[in-house]
Amino acid sequence: MTTLSSTTGSIVGSRRHRARRRHVVIAVLLILLAAFFALTLSLGQSFTPPGEVIRVLLGEQVPGASFTVEQLRLPRAVLSVLAGLSFGLGGAAFQIMLRNPLASPDIIGINWGASAAAVFAIVVLSLKGPAVSILAVTSGLGVALLIYVLSFRNGVAGTRLILVGIGVSAMLESFIAYILSNAPAWNLQEAMRWLTGSVNGAQLDQAPPLLLALAVLGGLLLSQARNLEALRLGDDTAAALGVGVARTRIIVIVSAVGVIAFATAVTGPIAFVAFLSGPIAARTIGNNGSLLIPAALVGALLVLAGDYCGQFLLPSRYPVGVITGALGAPYLIFLIVRANRSGASL
Amino acid sequence: MITNSLVASQLSAGYGDNIILDGLDLAVPPGKITTIVGANASGKSTLLRTMSRLISPRHGHVLLDGKSIHRTPSRELARRLGLLPQSPIAPEGIVVADLVSRGRHPHHGTFSRWTAKDDEAVAAALTATKTAELAERPMEELSGGQRQRVWIAMALAQQTEILLLDEPTTFLDISHQVEVLDLLTDLNRTRGTTIVMVLHDLNLAARYADYLVAMAEGRLHVSGKPEDVLTEENVRQVFGLESRIITDPTSDRPIMLPIGRHRMTTGQAR
Repeated sequence: MTTLSSTTGSIVGSRRHRARRRHVVIAVLLILLAAFFALTLSLGQSFTPPGEVIRVLLGEQVPGASFTVEQLRLPRAVLSVLAGLSFGLGGAAFQIMLRNPLASPDIIGINWGASAAAVFAIVVLSLKGPAVSILAVTSGLGVALLIYVLSFRNGVAGTRLILVGIGVSAMLESFIAYILSNAPAWNLQEAMRWLTGSVNGAQLDQAPPLLLALAVLGGLLLSQARNLEALRLGDDTAAALGVGVARTRIIVIVSAVGVIAFATAVTGPIAFVAFLSGPIAARTIGNNGSLLIPAALVGALLVLAGDYCGQFLLPSRYPVGVITGALGAPYLIFLIVRANRSGASL
Repeated sequence: MITNSLVASQLSAGYGDNIILDGLDLAVPPGKITTIVGANASGKSTLLRTMSRLISPRHGHVLLDGKSIHRTPSRELARRLGLLPQSPIAPEGIVVADLVSRGRHPHHGTFSRWTAKDDEAVAAALTATKTAELAERPMEELSGGQRQRVWIAMALAQQTEILLLDEPTTFLDISHQVEVLDLLTDLNRTRGTTIVMVLHDLNLAARYADYLVAMAEGRLHVSGKPEDVLTEENVRQVFGLESRIITDPTSDRPIMLPIGRHRMTTGQAR
């Protein structure tokens, strides 16, 4: 018979063990991210020695390196990281809240809502900069609201919301294709941004709004991490544990849609990053506390690595969304096949 | 004053246009075990859900020590009143100790840290439910009975004076049903926890209840001591079933024997 104090001892031990594993995984993800970031700054079509990269970053003019590093590589890397963090965070928040990996904003149409608004603003209204972001965020929220209302019947069930969302995405995608096909002299690379997502032509001045959105809305999401963890036990159990379920939902939806829409307004809907980050983070970290931070880091890694791969490792150049799309599609099929086998409703 | 009195007065509730509870009055005896029985759709689960604030009532109140629970902050209420729903969800891969520690949620704010008190509460809950040996095992490896004990441990870690359970014995075989009900009785006897549960099995409900409540059509049909509630007349009215009531020789509690249309040898002789 185990005594109470020895039980307490082993509880403390196992809790510390779980916390340690979590910290190790997060540290590894951070190191990987830093390493990839450094790699993209120094090795592209030409190699810039790390010493020169550092001198450029410190503000020195280095002939032959300043332009490549400061104008080409740095903005691209910074925006990749920021967009990846946003997609990973927002995606995982949705998946946890609705307890379904398919309930990711890129599957249920929220990315497409933001993207459609951005395309409309740029091509039809000839807007630029913050105006585009604002329109994208508003439209992302609008689409989220629309999906919510359409799938409401005695409360919102995850599966119904996902199916409605897939329908809405399809409509929005064709809307984007329609506008792009009617846009005269629209160059192909730009068009690709709004269909699969890309960080081509990234500018450093696009970063501050994204960073601000991530700090405010991401912070709001992280403040709900504990409530989200309780929601994983079911809405009733969470409510019994003192979680204001409706309130948590609203905060999570608004802030997750917000971060995703801000990122989408800059990079387009980078395919499947929101969808993949949460499940990958869950595989690496296991059930050790909130998935939000690990998922955000995985998202940043996916975009950074995907973009690098698309630029330099393949025979021709592809935007990052094509690479992440190629990764995400098989996983989507896997999920659907698995749901079919176990007889679960998605 | 804290007396843990939980009272429903003139309670009406439902979903959409569908009124399920219709002006129900119930005073839960503090420190006792109350079991609720009734036919399907008689409003048992709705009553439990309304009493634990998962549903807002249309009319009437649920009062905890005289204060409406629908006006109590949710975290504060969750420190006093626990609920184990019918089908809680165990996240994939979660281990028992981690799941049980989720019961500490209402004792924490957004940024408060885990303390030694939390560890002790979790350890006490594991010990009381005899699940300490399972602490490191993932939930999916456990049997149904073990899993239910773990969920009860989670509710215990919440350290509430009142615990509501919605059919805690569903999907369990008979030995595990008895095991779970014995465990809940232990908790009631050793900690003085007020227990309210919905049970399907009339005989187990009568066996384990201090106070038995029979519901019919969204109202409280009859309540009181099991021997006063479980009568042939009441079974007929609540379930529309002919039955015979005898006394259980081991517990002296009433046992209901249903009478069907077939297989009767003494049916007419009675």
